[in-house]
Amino acid sequence: MSKNILVFVEQRDGVMQKVAAELIGKAVELAAVLDEKVIALVLGQNADGIAKEAIEYGADSVAVVDSPELAEYVTATYAKAAVKVIEELEPSIVLYGATSIGRDLAPRVSSMVKTGLTADCTKLEIDPESKLLLMTRPAFGGNIMATIVCAEHRPQMATVRPGVMQALRRDCTRNGEITRFDVEFTDKERRVRILEVVKGDKKEVDITEAKVLVSGGRGIGDAKKFELLQELADQFPGGEVASSRANVDAGLIGRERQVGQTGKTVRPSLYIACGISGAIQHIAGMENSDYIVAINKDSFAPVFDVADLGIVGDLNAIIPKLIEAIKKHKASAE
Amino acid sequence: MKIIVCIKQVPDTTEVKLDPVKGTLIRDGVPSIINPDDKAGLEAALRIKDQNGAHVTVVSMGPPQAEIALREALAMGADEAVLVTDRAFGGADTWATSYTIASAIRTMDYDLIIAGRQAIDGDTAQVGPQIAQHLDLPQVSYVEGIESVSDDKLVLRRQFEDRQHIVEVDLPCLITVLSELNAPRYMSVAGVFDAYREKTVKVLTFADIESVIDKSNIGLAGSPTRVKQSFTKQPKAKGEKYEVDADEAVRIIVEKLAEKHII
Repeated sequence: MSKNILVFVEQRDGVMQKVAAELIGKAVELAAVLDEKVIALVLGQNADGIAKEAIEYGADSVAVVDSPELAEYVTATYAKAAVKVIEELEPSIVLYGATSIGRDLAPRVSSMVKTGLTADCTKLEIDPESKLLLMTRPAFGGNIMATIVCAEHRPQMATVRPGVMQALRRDCTRNGEITRFDVEFTDKERRVRILEVVKGDKKEVDITEAKVLVSGGRGIGDAKKFELLQELADQFPGGEVASSRANVDAGLIGRERQVGQTGKTVRPSLYIACGISGAIQHIAGMENSDYIVAINKDSFAPVFDVADLGIVGDLNAIIPKLIEAIKKHKASAE
Repeated sequence: MKIIVCIKQVPDTTEVKLDPVKGTLIRDGVPSIINPDDKAGLEAALRIKDQNGAHVTVVSMGPPQAEIALREALAMGADEAVLVTDRAFGGADTWATSYTIASAIRTMDYDLIIAGRQAIDGDTAQVGPQIAQHLDLPQVSYVEGIESVSDDKLVLRRQFEDRQHIVEVDLPCLITVLSELNAPRYMSVAGVFDAYREKTVKVLTFADIESVIDKSNIGLAGSPTRVKQSFTKQPKAKGEKYEVDADEAVRIIVEKLAEKHII
């Protein structure tokens, strides 16, 4: 009988990705309800450090496949390794981050092991009666939510949006068993070959890591205004600029800063929405922020429905004064 | 080169609105379009055809009205169109959908299959990779650049959050592309005439592909997952809203941020 929750721990360049800790955190909660264990699945090269880190974030044990052919992500090698571990351990649930790696790997695995897969989940819970995994996800551009079950096939599999689940506090005293699995790769897995890995010149900003986000919408108008938003963001430690989709599509700002259904899900301590009307697709990506301030000229803008503090007014008048006022406040506090 | 492009007819979700009273989706009058990522896939195929010569077949699974999307693809320049449609295929999740499309593709010749990364109504990005596995093909998803095309290989630029891979892939293969890949062409007037007068949309039903498809894997009954419940989101409790002059607004914001210990 299938048992235990397997969490795919995504690593890039030997660095465990934040979403992996979030998934382990959620899996610990689900496993407690099921009275099962959390097993981390680590695929990579020289991956012992990541295996240990997965345990420190809450995994009970780790399954490792270590190979030079797993150093960089390739669908076929990763899928073969993941399927080998799934077939040996027979988990009841497998979770993946809904990243560009997870969203490539998980469907391949689902076809290989013939089981269902639910994409981009924002909520996972165990049905108290059937003990099935209830996987809830947005659909229709975030307009509706659907709860999906996979009743008869095992494992039940889901990809989960980064930034939605909460990681546990890292505990360096935790111990767990690390088991190695050997997987042999053949030319069949080498039909896709990496010729070159191109990383951005500068480290790309990750707005999901930001403590404070100052986000611009259609009401911003031009690229210059983002400099003003940047100046406001700079007033906060860990402050970054974000955007709604309109400005990204218009080429005013990079896609990596887009918040929303087709962008990133963020939950900073403070989200300042400037000139954002609040299309449902945008709201889906920021509504879990701890504190939301919205500034918009249109008092009927839907963004005010999710804002903790709404200001009806002209951001061109308000933001420069706000920057000065925060500077003054900080100076007086010192 | 023989190219198959998988397209889906989708409601334009940017036009979908919520009924503010009933909290349900208003679907009436929402236009149907070719899914944007898929349209970029079609454009990529047509550019290969323009430059290297290729035969482009568009395939769509859906209800009979999906024919309109296939006619549009023909009008853009596709050579053939195939509609995979049958009541028996209805209610399929991504697994059963990909199995059905893969089964239909088994009856065709191809060197390259192009699909969009994801559809805007479901946003799953699963059907492309699942088709690739059903057909035992190598896959490259999230393609944002086609660097070179030869008879037995492609060189592609594949996007990740923090990097790109330049990869070489052996044909036959399946790739999924992003709408950023290109700007799809418009239908030409001559193309529209051709699409309706000269070209036909071939229909494949269950009976037509019975020899290559397992009935227990299709439709709602063949789907591992089920929708247990769907609902519209509950808006969170309203906060405070102020319509005041800029100085007062700034005073309120600073006061609240200080109260919350953010500044």
